[in-house]
Amino acid sequence: MPLALLKYGLSKGHPVPRALPAETDLKDSYDIVIVGGGGHGLATAYYLAADHGITNVAVLEKGYVGGGNTGRNTTIIRSNYLTPEGVKFYDESVTLYKDLANDFDMNLMYSERGHFTLAHTDSAIRTMRWRAEVNKHMGIESELVLRDELQRMVPELNYSEDVRYPIMGALYHAPGAIARHDAVAWGYGAGAAKRGVHIHQNTEVTGFEITKANGSPQRVTGVHTNRGTIKAGKVIQCVAGMSGVVSDMAGFKLPLKTIPLQACVSQPLKPFLDAIVVSGSLHVYVSQSSRGELVMGGSTDPYGVYMTRSTLDFKEGLMMHMMELLPYIGEVKLLRQWAGMTDMTPDFAPIMGETPVDDYYIDAGWGTWGFKATPVCGKRNAEMLATGKVPETIQPFALQRFHDFKLVGEKGAASVGH
Amino acid sequence: MKIMPCPLNGERNISEFAYGGEVLDLPAPDCDDETWIDFVYLENNTAGVVREWWYHTPTAYWFIAERDTRTDEILKTYPANEVFKDRVDFAAPEAPAAKE
Repeated sequence: MPLALLKYGLSKGHPVPRALPAETDLKDSYDIVIVGGGGHGLATAYYLAADHGITNVAVLEKGYVGGGNTGRNTTIIRSNYLTPEGVKFYDESVTLYKDLANDFDMNLMYSERGHFTLAHTDSAIRTMRWRAEVNKHMGIESELVLRDELQRMVPELNYSEDVRYPIMGALYHAPGAIARHDAVAWGYGAGAAKRGVHIHQNTEVTGFEITKANGSPQRVTGVHTNRGTIKAGKVIQCVAGMSGVVSDMAGFKLPLKTIPLQACVSQPLKPFLDAIVVSGSLHVYVSQSSRGELVMGGSTDPYGVYMTRSTLDFKEGLMMHMMELLPYIGEVKLLRQWAGMTDMTPDFAPIMGETPVDDYYIDAGWGTWGFKATPVCGKRNAEMLATGKVPETIQPFALQRFHDFKLVGEKGAASVGH
Repeated sequence: MKIMPCPLNGERNISEFAYGGEVLDLPAPDCDDETWIDFVYLENNTAGVVREWWYHTPTAYWFIAERDTRTDEILKTYPANEVFKDRVDFAAPEAPAAKE
């Protein structure tokens, strides 16, 4: 049980603990440099230190810790994917998430709600049954529930036949959860820093030192930043949105398009919606946070930009569908809106592992499905960096798959259209 | 609402348009696999001014727009024949010899 709250309550001065230590100067050299101080980068640093005892590690972050997509997602954690590769991978992540609050001694507000992916057509019911069977085969709690049973489980929804997309059933995934996303980054960051990892915020990577053989890039040896150059034994890029820009500095191209994904929250309401509800046909996902806000998101923008602006088109489309699903929220006001820049891959699966440059590893292509994978990415990245071998669970996601025509085809990636 | 200046229909709401990807040169049909992989999968994903295909859905009209992907500013739009001036003659492949 996390004891931090009890300790704090019994303390005399109620001190505010500092999550990350004060900034230090860059060292001349690190064994491992992690580019990107979001959830994935910090988790990688944490598991390098905690599981492998490697602490001569720097995390370089252009802005502030967890200020990118780690703090911009809609915090849903689940493992009811479509491909066996995906299911196995995300299930490991869910398992790690469950113990994380204890590991950090920090309240992540991890809350199992049950995740319902609505089906509005016969073909959607067929797909849900397919997904449920793949999930069950892989040992995941996942089943198809039809309309009457669904209405008993989630009575808050509009079950009228008199709408554009009447609800026919849902894929029900009991372990589906939400968590406080910033706390995941802070927990990993604090845990890594405590073990000796250097976390450098406001430190932007401006280039890499790469040896060349016959004119083509061969091995990374250093990293240029706006605060000077550092030598690096190994480098891993764990950025989102700017993945293509970073890989361009390292001299190779990625199969990624940078497309914004927008989301918003309503004003806080009394708790009424326990379930996490997703609809692919209606392009919405909604859950109620522990603060009472309805956290809502939809599909990605129709075209790419390197911006986190919000658009009226998005909110009009999203609210039209929200009103069909929850008609009684018409008077509710929006409180906040934001966007994140996502890396979309052609097959909706990530890109992890080795790159054309030796000692330069990648963790990218996390599109709209990266938050839930944070722990497993950190764990497997750390294993890869420590042993020099690509772990089996992430081998299917290699960049090389595009050269071998072995795409993963993870259509269950975000439950909504892209 | 964001406005797209269409070369055929004038200024219209951007929701009437569909994005069609970057304007790229088609590789020669007999090029090697790596060139095809580059063309099919790998993206320039440029943060800056990009020349793109856009489509006005109601009038089924394809054209080219120059857009800055850092600011989402549409700098210029013009008909595709300003770029693609020459007619491409796709020679019909030779019919395989009839099996006996």
